[in-house]
Amino acid sequence: MSLAHETVASLRRRLAKKEIKSRDIVTDLLKEIDAREKTIHAYTQVDRESALKAADLADVSLPLGGIPIALKDNLNATGDPCTCSSKILEGYKAPYDATAVARLRQAGAVFLGRTNMDEFAMGSSTENSALGVTRNPWDSSRIPGGSSGGSAAAVAGRIALAALGSDTGGSIRQPAALCGCVGLKPTYGRISRYGLVAFASSLDQIGPLTRTVEDSALLLSSLAGHDPRDNTTDPRPPETFLSKPTNSVKGLKVGLPKEYFIPGMDGETEQAVRAAADWLQKNGAEIKEVSLPLTPSAIAVYYILATAEASANLARFDGVRYGRRAADPRDVLDLYQRTREEGFGPEVKRRIILGTFVLSAGYTDAYYRKAQKVRGLIRQDFEKAFQGCDLLLTPTSPEPAFKLGERTQDPLKMYLADVFTISVNLAGTCGISLPCGFTQSNLPIGLQLIGPRFGEEKMLQAAHTYEQSHDFWKRMPPL
Amino acid sequence: MSANGKWEAVIGLEVHCQVRTATKMFCGCANQYGDAPNTHVCPVCLGLPGSLPVPNEEAIRKTILTGFMLGCQIAPVARFDRKNYFYPDMPKNYQISQYDDPLCAGGSVGLDPFQFPKELQETEEAQARRKIRLVRIHLEEDVAKSFHFEERSGIDFNRAGTPLMEIVTEADLRTPGEAFAFLGSLRQILWAGGVSDADMEKGQLRCDVNISVRPAGESKFGTKVELKNLNSISGVRRALVHEIARQIAVVEKGGSLVQETRRWDDNAGATFTMRTKEQAHDYRYFPDPDLLPVRTDRGLQEAAKKSVPELPSEMQARLVKDFGVTAYQASVLACDRVLCGFYEKAAAATKNKAAVANWILNDFLSTQPDPATTPVKPEYFAELADLVTAGKINSAQGKKVFAELVANPSSPHEIVKKMGLEQISDTGALAAMCEEAIAANPRSVEDYRAGKMNAINALKGFVMKKSQGKANPVQIDEILKQKLGG
Repeated sequence: MSLAHETVASLRRRLAKKEIKSRDIVTDLLKEIDAREKTIHAYTQVDRESALKAADLADVSLPLGGIPIALKDNLNATGDPCTCSSKILEGYKAPYDATAVARLRQAGAVFLGRTNMDEFAMGSSTENSALGVTRNPWDSSRIPGGSSGGSAAAVAGRIALAALGSDTGGSIRQPAALCGCVGLKPTYGRISRYGLVAFASSLDQIGPLTRTVEDSALLLSSLAGHDPRDNTTDPRPPETFLSKPTNSVKGLKVGLPKEYFIPGMDGETEQAVRAAADWLQKNGAEIKEVSLPLTPSAIAVYYILATAEASANLARFDGVRYGRRAADPRDVLDLYQRTREEGFGPEVKRRIILGTFVLSAGYTDAYYRKAQKVRGLIRQDFEKAFQGCDLLLTPTSPEPAFKLGERTQDPLKMYLADVFTISVNLAGTCGISLPCGFTQSNLPIGLQLIGPRFGEEKMLQAAHTYEQSHDFWKRMPPL
Repeated sequence: MSANGKWEAVIGLEVHCQVRTATKMFCGCANQYGDAPNTHVCPVCLGLPGSLPVPNEEAIRKTILTGFMLGCQIAPVARFDRKNYFYPDMPKNYQISQYDDPLCAGGSVGLDPFQFPKELQETEEAQARRKIRLVRIHLEEDVAKSFHFEERSGIDFNRAGTPLMEIVTEADLRTPGEAFAFLGSLRQILWAGGVSDADMEKGQLRCDVNISVRPAGESKFGTKVELKNLNSISGVRRALVHEIARQIAVVEKGGSLVQETRRWDDNAGATFTMRTKEQAHDYRYFPDPDLLPVRTDRGLQEAAKKSVPELPSEMQARLVKDFGVTAYQASVLACDRVLCGFYEKAAAATKNKAAVANWILNDFLSTQPDPATTPVKPEYFAELADLVTAGKINSAQGKKVFAELVANPSSPHEIVKKMGLEQISDTGALAAMCEEAIAANPRSVEDYRAGKMNAINALKGFVMKKSQGKANPVQIDEILKQKLGG
């Protein structure tokens, strides 16, 4: 079997036993990439030579020694482009490492390439990429989800073992659900954002996309921890996650928020998620209905706050210092206007305009400030819910992967793809999506477990127990 | 008030002051002026994608210290906000500043009469020692510096991210002289706290002015004009004199002013419209999500409080009271901590503290010394003052000793000996010389005894000549009078 089909954990064991070399893994992955990348188009860049070279030099005694990992194309890695799948960063080469990238390097990881995404992480289908669309490995006529669609499709399509993504409103969990892999959005402040190109700074969080929960925990253990370069990281000491799997959900109190099981949601999805809840109950967990009453407001709050922050975060792309610059500008205003007109895609422009509007004099009280208040209430909803239970269980996405082009003309409908994931970002807690079934047409269905702030360990334990008692994670896409 | 007394100007200042710290406000780059362009830069101060700011605690502490020195309330929790506008010298196209929750609120600056322009120092306006209230002090990051060449422009990002305090006054100032004195008085306080070098020529202290005029006695404000590009304290005064006259001329002719921002051109000596109210920016402030709220009540305030120095006004009062120096001398000393330390060392070594102040501030300062490094020891001035006061040398000789002291620094006692200036105070020797003078000038003796008191001068002159000028004149006088009157 190609090493590309194994998990990080099993390859680590084999590397340690010297059964295989890091180069063998990279070579196998490159073979798979040659076979399928043309169809999937998960990558914006594959680092063949440098990955092989790094594999030869890798120290396999390190926690991720010799393990190839793909990076979402919004993470700075010294010497590499960092396009954010946007034309505006054409020609930019990162002069520094993101902290997450540096930590993977220190842990011995090998970088395999950079993955496609919705431009500046704005989207739920990876169709908003200026560098081409990515296809779902389970059905190439369908989207992989987004914005970390490249990372999810690469992992699911066996052309990466693991990848980093970023999650602002569901951008790791939703594509993981739609591609049938494991996507973890850690607690806000768990992983340094330094070097992650910001979309919405108060919501963004880096996280791993992997085939198993165990792999997710492995990566998280290397990535997490306080960073003096990110004021918003939590100062708590480093942890090793899932070091002793309990393989039990006995006594676990799991809440099912009633607002997450809505009329009109996909029947197969609901069935699969309820079946997962039943399994937990059968195995000793206590299942109870809870309420997150402000759930219906979450999308509105999110699209006010995220766009407001984005309007400032994306102001720096002006053609003055790096990236694309409009040719022969008349003056500085012309330079700004044409650089941004030519460099940004329509969804990015839409969100910058929206964000600028909600912060404008005369509107900021009605939109930005009000949304901040509601965000505080949403946070309280979660705190209240977690007083009575350890975890929440929901579908990750209201439906499986939709068709390419199906929603591109209807941004509001596209925004609804994140309806079950957005609140977790607003509340700053952690969430994980893992496969819990397949539709009749063989499309993966994702289960979301949500933990309280810094409650990753319990969440990973439950996810791991569920996953290892089922075969969903082992199923191969047809490609 | 204007010359004809019919109009009153209302002035408020926004003073930007670079904070002296080892590193920049939000990154580890050196906070250093004058190096080759773009040598103190990193992903953070260049605004590269993905970089994040981390606040500089030293800058926060020094801002709180300034707040304590100026009597402000310190916010227990302060926040940073983003101020959005596009400009090539702004790497992120937003500036990290403070909006709703600045570090300091309230407070005031007392106008020091000696900080008024020289010709105004004796006026009622200067002697009033008005207190100018502050609205707030907040902390932000400075922008980069643009340079314009023939074909293109360049940007030096060394300055980008320098910690910058903005001190905003109430509209309490009424005259250009007061604005001048405010900046001087404030600068002294900033120096005292080691907060900033506040050198306007180096751009470390910059100032925007809000100004309006209204009929004297009116309480409503007139139409406000903001002046920018004021690069020196005297420039602020010149700009205000001009702008007040311009505004009065407009309203006296029956015209009306527009709310606008005007640029001062110091060479042209005039202000020009930059933008009107309609073109004003909407900065779209919002809390910077990259930065946690700053808790000042967990140690930062205590640390700042510990470094509150003696304030210039306190120092002046102490110098006048304890050392007997003049108010003016006290103000000169209070402006320069090093000079003041030098003086205080000298004064500690003598009872003649006022005389020492004269030597140091009148004579020594005119040689433009650097009191931090000069080989002239402060104790020398104490010796010099003692020698003159005790009559060991006269004041003319004192000047000679001073000149030698500066040229070849050594103890004034040694200099007096070396130069042979020591006065003859030996009573026996002086008495002999006096006898000789009486014997040699019978005519003068006769005149003196007949009541011509001036005749004694001829005798004194004889003794001085005989002693080659070293005789103690006070003693001669006593001995002669005794012998002649006896």
